[in-house]
Amino acid sequence: MTLAPDTPPPPGDSAPIFGTHLFDGCAAAKGYALNAMCFSFNEAANREAFLADEDAYCQRYGLSSEQLAAVRARNVLAMIEAGGNIYYLAKLAGIFGLNVQDVGAQQTGMSVDEFKAMLLAQGRKAGED
Amino acid sequence: MARIIGGYFTSHVPAIGGAIVRGDQDEPYWKPFFDGFPPVREWLEAERPDVAVCFYNDHGLNFFLDKMPTFAVGAAHEYRNEDEGWGLPLFKSFAGHPDLSWHIIEQLVGDEFDVTTCQSMLVDHALSIPFELAYPDAKQWPLKLVPIAINTVQYPLPSAKRCLALGRAVHRALESWQGAEKIVVIGTGGLSHQLDGERAGFVNPDYDRFCMDSLAANPEAICVDSTKEIVRKSGSQGVEILNWIAARGALGAAPARETHRNYHIPISNTAAATMLLETA
Repeated sequence: MTLAPDTPPPPGDSAPIFGTHLFDGCAAAKGYALNAMCFSFNEAANREAFLADEDAYCQRYGLSSEQLAAVRARNVLAMIEAGGNIYYLAKLAGIFGLNVQDVGAQQTGMSVDEFKAMLLAQGRKAGED
Repeated sequence: MARIIGGYFTSHVPAIGGAIVRGDQDEPYWKPFFDGFPPVREWLEAERPDVAVCFYNDHGLNFFLDKMPTFAVGAAHEYRNEDEGWGLPLFKSFAGHPDLSWHIIEQLVGDEFDVTTCQSMLVDHALSIPFELAYPDAKQWPLKLVPIAINTVQYPLPSAKRCLALGRAVHRALESWQGAEKIVVIGTGGLSHQLDGERAGFVNPDYDRFCMDSLAANPEAICVDSTKEIVRKSGSQGVEILNWIAARGALGAAPARETHRNYHIPISNTAAATMLLETA
């Protein structure tokens, strides 16, 4: 099949997706300071500086009060709401010793064991189909 | 004349790097995933490609939101990995192939793909892990690299249709390259997974099967959806299938032959897949 150059987006494209936050220009602008701080954590010295004085480090990057509160609360959904992008937030989560499954559990309100079990169950179900 | 031997497609979950370092390949959790790689290694051992053209997405190692190219082509002599900030092992460097990179860039821009060019470019786990999986015993990589990064991070993302067209333009560039190299095309990332939001942990094996079934003979079928619809079906990070679609495009418009497939849920939060396509 070939696609016409002016193929329109399919209907329903604007419908929201449950539990999914597209990181668009609005979010990227809102979250710039928070994501810039997270990007700095590629360097070990910056991770150590954050751990040594978290508030001072956050201030250096000019986090908004909403971003500051989300970081203090270790609340990933609140960080996303404040413009955080998961690829960058993962670096912050790493400082707290959290991997993507810990982060997934937190966002879905499950325990980490429940979250892992949910993924394994999906694998078993896919294997049966 | 240069020859494209085919395409190698695989997920690039960061945790795979940790599993390799720990030697967990035969652990029950990891074995179904790592069992997908002996056919990849045998094929590469038999074909011995000289260059890899690899489509991937950066995860905040080389690119930040200050400057976020939609399509970026590496033209460096060397590509290093660096600390990604979350305890991953440091991966080996790649030798570049700047002459081929500039040829591809010239051809792409001539073809009206106005790409960003990078003479200095760090490559992250999304690029390194597929090579670690394919060449587990290599002291240094036995092939040169042309990396092509696609923005899958900040919307608007390029459409699947556009990524397929980009890949096909890369194919035309490779066909007009006068070198004698054997070239393997690589697409990394996916398949369905979602790390962020209340829907974290979402996977969709039906959609993944549709994508894998379409890849060889009818990649256009995946391209009718907008990127938002792809996210709906495959998760926020499942949209990394864009890298696979571009890589498929670089194999050319003719139907390809699927020679290997492995699919397993879960690796970390991801429905992990590995495929080989050969050109006719």
